[in-house]
Amino acid sequence: MKKNRRDFLKICGISALSATVPAAANASNKKVFTDNEDFSMLYDSTICVGCKACVTTCKQVNDLASEQGKFDEENLWDSPEKLDSNTRTIIKLYKESPEKHAFVKKQCMHCAKPSCVSACPVSAMQKADNGIVFYDKDICIGCRYCLIACPYNIPKFEWKKPIPKIVKCDMCKFTNFKHKGITACAEVCPTEAILFGKRGDLIKIAKKRIKEHPDIYINHIYGEHEVGGANCIYLAGVNFNKLSFPNLPNPSAAALSENIQHTIYKGFIAPIALYGTLCFVAFRNRKSKKEGDNEQS
Amino acid sequence: MFSLQSGGLSRRSFLKFSVSAASIMGLPYASGVKMAKAAEHKNRPPVIWLHFQECTGCSESILRSTHPDVDSLLFEMISLEYHETLMPGSGIQAEEILHQALEKYKGEYLLVIEGSIPSDDNGFCKIGGKEAYSMLKDASKYAAAVISIGSCSSFGGIPAVIPELTNARSVEELIKDKPVVNIPGCPPNPYNFLSTILYLLSFEKLPKLDDKKRPLFAYGRVIHEHCERRPHFDSGRFAEEYGDKGHRLGYCLYKLGCKGPATFANCSVQRFNDVGVWPVSIGHPCIGCTEKDILFKREISDHIRIHNQTPPNFYPSVAPKKKDKPVDLRAVAAVSGLAGVALGAGAVMIKKLPDEGDDNEEK
Amino acid sequence: MSSHKEYEILNRKIITPSFVILSILTAIGFYFIGVRFFEGIGAVSNLSDAYPWGIWIAYDVATGTAIACGGYAVAILVYIMNNNHYHPLMRSAMLTSLFGYGLAGFSVVIDLGRFWNMFNLLKPQFWQLNSIMFEVAMCVMTYTFVLFLEFCPAIFEKLQESENYGLARLSEKFSIFLDKYLIFFIILGITLPTMHQSSLGSMMIIAAFKLHPNWHTPILPLLFLINCIFIGYSIVIFESITSSFKFGRPYETSQLAGLGRVARFLALGWIVIRLTDLFVRNQLMEAFSFDYYSVMFLIESGLIILGSVILMSRHNLKSPRKLFISACLIVLGGGLYRFNTYIIGFDPGVGFSYFPAFGEFMITVGIVSFEILLYSIFVKIFPVLPAAHKNEAIGGSNV
Repeated sequence: MKKNRRDFLKICGISALSATVPAAANASNKKVFTDNEDFSMLYDSTICVGCKACVTTCKQVNDLASEQGKFDEENLWDSPEKLDSNTRTIIKLYKESPEKHAFVKKQCMHCAKPSCVSACPVSAMQKADNGIVFYDKDICIGCRYCLIACPYNIPKFEWKKPIPKIVKCDMCKFTNFKHKGITACAEVCPTEAILFGKRGDLIKIAKKRIKEHPDIYINHIYGEHEVGGANCIYLAGVNFNKLSFPNLPNPSAAALSENIQHTIYKGFIAPIALYGTLCFVAFRNRKSKKEGDNEQS
Repeated sequence: MFSLQSGGLSRRSFLKFSVSAASIMGLPYASGVKMAKAAEHKNRPPVIWLHFQECTGCSESILRSTHPDVDSLLFEMISLEYHETLMPGSGIQAEEILHQALEKYKGEYLLVIEGSIPSDDNGFCKIGGKEAYSMLKDASKYAAAVISIGSCSSFGGIPAVIPELTNARSVEELIKDKPVVNIPGCPPNPYNFLSTILYLLSFEKLPKLDDKKRPLFAYGRVIHEHCERRPHFDSGRFAEEYGDKGHRLGYCLYKLGCKGPATFANCSVQRFNDVGVWPVSIGHPCIGCTEKDILFKREISDHIRIHNQTPPNFYPSVAPKKKDKPVDLRAVAAVSGLAGVALGAGAVMIKKLPDEGDDNEEK
Repeated sequence: MSSHKEYEILNRKIITPSFVILSILTAIGFYFIGVRFFEGIGAVSNLSDAYPWGIWIAYDVATGTAIACGGYAVAILVYIMNNNHYHPLMRSAMLTSLFGYGLAGFSVVIDLGRFWNMFNLLKPQFWQLNSIMFEVAMCVMTYTFVLFLEFCPAIFEKLQESENYGLARLSEKFSIFLDKYLIFFIILGITLPTMHQSSLGSMMIIAAFKLHPNWHTPILPLLFLINCIFIGYSIVIFESITSSFKFGRPYETSQLAGLGRVARFLALGWIVIRLTDLFVRNQLMEAFSFDYYSVMFLIESGLIILGSVILMSRHNLKSPRKLFISACLIVLGGGLYRFNTYIIGFDPGVGFSYFPAFGEFMITVGIVSFEILLYSIFVKIFPVLPAAHKNEAIGGSNV
């Protein structure tokens, strides 16, 4: 008899939980997260000449060390192969054939609904009112959940240091943007492949470019809608997959995760209800057992 | 005033010179005209040039300038009151001229110092019975400004290298109460000096100097940042030995000891002798002759450390490379070992455990 | 008064051969922990930007706490269902839980890059309520404290025998207090794991694009919750049989059979939910496609199914050998599920792979050895293990 009640209660609990979750899952893509007034950067791969001035200037302005390549015994060059704890932005080359190639700039996408911000338990990753997603090492506990959460694999960690921190582009929030109102990479770019400005304006420019030169551009602004939209948007002349941009759907995973979590824990009702129910069941069982013992004796 | 035309220098050539002097300094065209006007001034500004522990290479360098050439400089632009190499006289009368000039042009003259100076009156450098240091002190007392031409006067140069037998010092170490401009180099490009003089005369103030008192227009960038062989460096193409294939093809000379990455100078831009050569262009690495910590202190063949690294010419690929990390055998061994022990212990236990349960059970 | 006859102190030598081996392993682990603190996490581990979480999170935290859910699982039976039949197992399960969670917390401190800031979790101005990890951290910290409280009766029971009169009286007072009010903390200690064990699953929801669809689903919290419960029962079976075997005590097969029944029901139910979820997400075909990820899914499910099926027979439910085998299979399968969700099924798509480094592995081994070591010492000092004579349900005792 006890077994049956136990089993029954368990089935109830499981059904209740599983009923709520799909409802929460569907609620994820309702809100719009992008804001036309947020600061953004537009990178146009067809204009970039691969001079790497942005890489060098970013390092100088943000006080980043050089990366010694394996081939470089004397440490003559700064040769990062990808973003890492010394490199907040990088230019990579996609070579399709001896005649066709494209450069691509990688850095934090400054998502409109950032997964890193949602994941961080202590608010070390924050999104400013102007759209910049930045990091505060004084709050950070180094749990690296932001590395797990970011769909673009942007945040990097200083694995080799006993006092490590997370490193990623923060649109020069405390450096160039603070003093001059523009990111260092956009400021130094000699061909204006990197434009800095308000998201609404940059989207308009991007759309215009696609419209006026459909032969040059792929008809897609990467970052316009991916995972809820990003403030760093891209134009290119080759398929974005070839530039190692992942195919990401619109709904942000952060929104999904938050929806599920908040549905379960909204107002802390469920945990308190659970506690209350358990107390109720426990004391009732205890009482009935006492009565049963009394009856027997 | 001498007529420029009678001196054989056409006004056109003169203006050209002024403008080119201005352009070397990165000044706008109008400044060149102003400089020309200043040079035409009635009173050619007095310049007193003293030689101390030097090789006279700096003076020789000036002699090889063509715009202006030395005679135009001396007869039309400045009044060189005293210069031991160039002046025809010598002896007591020549020394008299020096004293008269120091008196007459009090507060007006430019003092140019060539060569390092012993820091005390130790007798290693005496001219006309006078100690060098005393001469320097006396001469600089009423100078408008002091220009140290060459590395020896700018930071000590070769006489200041250990064991420093003469206790050689630079001008700026000994003269603290006058504006000092350093024009280092061994020898320096004459146009660095001439442009500075002209700037001083025209604008009556010093050009912008760096923290080592060198004019920024000439010493504002390291050679590495404006060298024609830089693309070879960025691409990793080096001459490894004198005369090898790379050397003959004009590759970067870093591995032969080029001090370009740490040397602030404009040799690669201004070049020498008006034939457009400088050491690197003919295959010899820069020896860092404008830098106190490099010249005669570092071996020519020493590789200088690069700060402020920049990316090389090659690009990382968008396609992530498969990491060929060597497998940590100890880890694999440890994991397998533990798994083996656990399975073994489990198997032993399973064998030994009874298969029948207790007869006394509640249900 | 507590029935001191229900639990007893194990009367064995503390220093035994296994004690020595475990101590050596612990020492090696602690050496590498030292290296980690002086030279950085990268010096001892193979963690990377592509794989920021490795065995310290997947095993020590995610799987280790599931294994430590024995206390939670048995507490549900004993205190909510008021089934005193399982009461003798309560303290050993609770102790395992206490050590399991305590050392999971210790592992977290080692894994955290900026551990000195972890007190920021206690400052409301930094609370980021959208973060699943925040909730897990707060729950686990609270739960560890509750577990410690739940273990206090054993401590006070021992102290009551103390020769120090004052200490004995004080312990008696505390025991009386706990007798009355501990139930509220115990129920809290059932609420909390329900929250954070399910949230351990929710943690991976945000990695939607990097976790293989064999494992990523919106019902991850549900799956992790049921998973931890059946692992909890199985680990109690495992631990009880191992203790009895090692210390030559009778096997508590009457209780264990009951636990086995619950575990098998939950495990098979879990499999059904899992398959249904895969079907609903159109992932079922791929899960059986026999590629690397499919194989891992099949192994994890197979282990659980096999373990559960063995427990279908009445005879097996009472056989220590079969119980032990099943418990091992279910724990391995259930644990593998968690490993799959955190590491094996996780692929950020940048051509990296992860296998623990030697130091990293030895730290985990050291911590587990330390836990076993502490457990074996505690059962010889405090009354934890069930008393050796027959256990009729002794009524009236709440702790």
